[in-house]
Amino acid sequence: MKKTVLGALTVASFGLPAMAQDSIDVTLGVLNDRSGVYADLSGEGSVVAARMAVADFGAADKSMNVEVISADHQNKPDIASNIARQWYDQDGVDAILDVPTSSTALAVADITAQANKILIDSGAGSTALTGEQCQPTTIHWTYDTAALAKGTGGAVTERGDAKWFFLTADYAFGHSLEEETMKIVENSGGEVVGSVRHPFPATDFSSFLLQAQASGADVIGLANAGGDTVNAIKQAAEFGVTQSGQALAALLMFITDVHALGAETAQGLVLTEAFYWDHDDDTRAWSARFEEQFGSKPTMVHAGVYSGTMHYLRAVEATGSTDGDVVAEWMKANSFDDPLFGEGYVRKDGRVIHDMHLYEVKSPDESTGEWDLYNHVSTISGEDAFLPMEGSGCAFANEG
Amino acid sequence: MFELLGIPPQVLMGQLLLGLINGSFYAVLSLGLAVIFGLLNIINFSHGAQYMLGAFVAWMLLEYLGINYWWALILVPVIVGATGIVLEKLALRRLYHLDHLYGLLLTFGVALIIQGLFRNYYGISGLPYNIPDQLSGGQNLGFMFLPNYRGWVVVASVIVCFGTWFVIEKTRLGAYLRAATENPTLVGAFGINVPLMIMLTYGFGVALAGFAGVLAAPIYSVNPNMGADLIIVVFAVVVIGGMGSIMGAIVTGFGLGVIEGLTKVFYPAGSAVVIFVIMAIVLMIKPEGLFGRNN
Repeated sequence: MKKTVLGALTVASFGLPAMAQDSIDVTLGVLNDRSGVYADLSGEGSVVAARMAVADFGAADKSMNVEVISADHQNKPDIASNIARQWYDQDGVDAILDVPTSSTALAVADITAQANKILIDSGAGSTALTGEQCQPTTIHWTYDTAALAKGTGGAVTERGDAKWFFLTADYAFGHSLEEETMKIVENSGGEVVGSVRHPFPATDFSSFLLQAQASGADVIGLANAGGDTVNAIKQAAEFGVTQSGQALAALLMFITDVHALGAETAQGLVLTEAFYWDHDDDTRAWSARFEEQFGSKPTMVHAGVYSGTMHYLRAVEATGSTDGDVVAEWMKANSFDDPLFGEGYVRKDGRVIHDMHLYEVKSPDESTGEWDLYNHVSTISGEDAFLPMEGSGCAFANEG
Repeated sequence: MFELLGIPPQVLMGQLLLGLINGSFYAVLSLGLAVIFGLLNIINFSHGAQYMLGAFVAWMLLEYLGINYWWALILVPVIVGATGIVLEKLALRRLYHLDHLYGLLLTFGVALIIQGLFRNYYGISGLPYNIPDQLSGGQNLGFMFLPNYRGWVVVASVIVCFGTWFVIEKTRLGAYLRAATENPTLVGAFGINVPLMIMLTYGFGVALAGFAGVLAAPIYSVNPNMGADLIIVVFAVVVIGGMGSIMGAIVTGFGLGVIEGLTKVFYPAGSAVVIFVIMAIVLMIKPEGLFGRNN
């Protein structure tokens, strides 16, 4: 891992000198999980996405010299902080991209603000990034737990599955996802009949599923992520949870998780995503190019890195600066119309407002290929999906 | 939520049965470790990786060659066991005269390499492996819905565990093995090929891990870290049962599965640590383990 950083840094330092006088040097650092549980949904794919954005933007023709470097933060805030400091202080990095897992993202957001650079977060889900712990230089691109809760929690409750039982991963992320969804469920006229907190990570969920079955709930909300969600769904199918009339709602699920389960096991699951490769012609065309370079379809996190990088480069081109405050101000003042996320804008608190989509996993009969997994159910407009800025606890945004 | 005394007997019965099912995995895995430690004095830290290898080989057989679950159940232990034999022949053999720690370090390193390779090629999200048609569905037992596959896991584990115990403790081959552990020179003098026997024993222990991997593939996520998550718990099981004790590994495997299952009802947050708490208590009272011999 150290080697990745060093190797990447060598590349970066070679790129720095030897510029024409009026060209701008930009170094982008993709900081994410390259070996652990989130390596598939972020990892190298995010680096590929950032490089595609640089190429598509045509940076070279606009006398911008853009380098993309990367490192593995291993989902640990201390490692993420060290790399971020080194990147900003010694290696001339202007913006950090991706940063999945909320704890690392929050740590990097603070360091970014101190250094007056930019953080464009795609992989993390915490609403605190644009809430209580917001920073003027943080841009939160792809999704957050509130939008997921709103999409999946709201849709399922309104469909008539009013009684919820939560299966929650016993750490900060799980608790906050559970809490956000409970609020949505209760506001939509639903009821929470129970919950159980499982250790993280867990392999066997049968015991918890049996408790959920006994609770008489209509729907079991899975407030966990990654391998935990995959295992829970796999075992729910085995124990006949859906056959006995209970539905499952995965509150955070990426297409890589659905792919791991296969359509046979995952069919009928309802989930919320910001991006699906087969959404329209634009997303299909981009995803085909991505797949050519990376070998599998992109996740919404990859797509977010691409779009975020594009918007950032537009800001640098327009302002002629890489100063954090200047770039952030431009990014917030100018809306975007993006092939992957549609029309959207960056709100004052850094929250990116774009449409979210509710999908249902196809049955094996409907699915025509290993990545042909979703049916589109509905679109939730950005204003409805994300929390309003007022009352979010972000001090600088609400000062007036 | 559930209260201590408010648990209806049906729920309790269900949880006991689930505990037994999870215990099956603990039993088969800790049995392999116990065989390897008891007969070779090697602390096999790559056991988790070999379990993962079992699940992956089953997936590969199906994906690339179209070989189904039932054949995998026979072929995978042979294939994974063969990789164990290669490892023994090339590396482990050279460490027998050294301290236990060297074997532990070697096998730990091997585990990291295997996991890293699979992570590199197959990613971290896991791969789908369906329950065979013959075992899909389940039985309504009144107090719970028992998936047929889980029932099969218990039956298969009990057969394998008992078979292994019988061979090692009750047959002539087992007697040779135990004798070779006590005094390899003397047993060799009787014309028995001790190095071959030791090599095959390691292969067999590894094959047990592969077998558990095939059993696990349809119900747990088939991913490169699946063994790393489980191996620490299994080591605790072996320590509680008594390092190297065959019967100890089997009985504590099933028993701790049940205890862990009950903890998930009474106090879910404690279910991740209950086995380690028991281990600490056992080590304080009976350091050689519940079934261990005091040397």
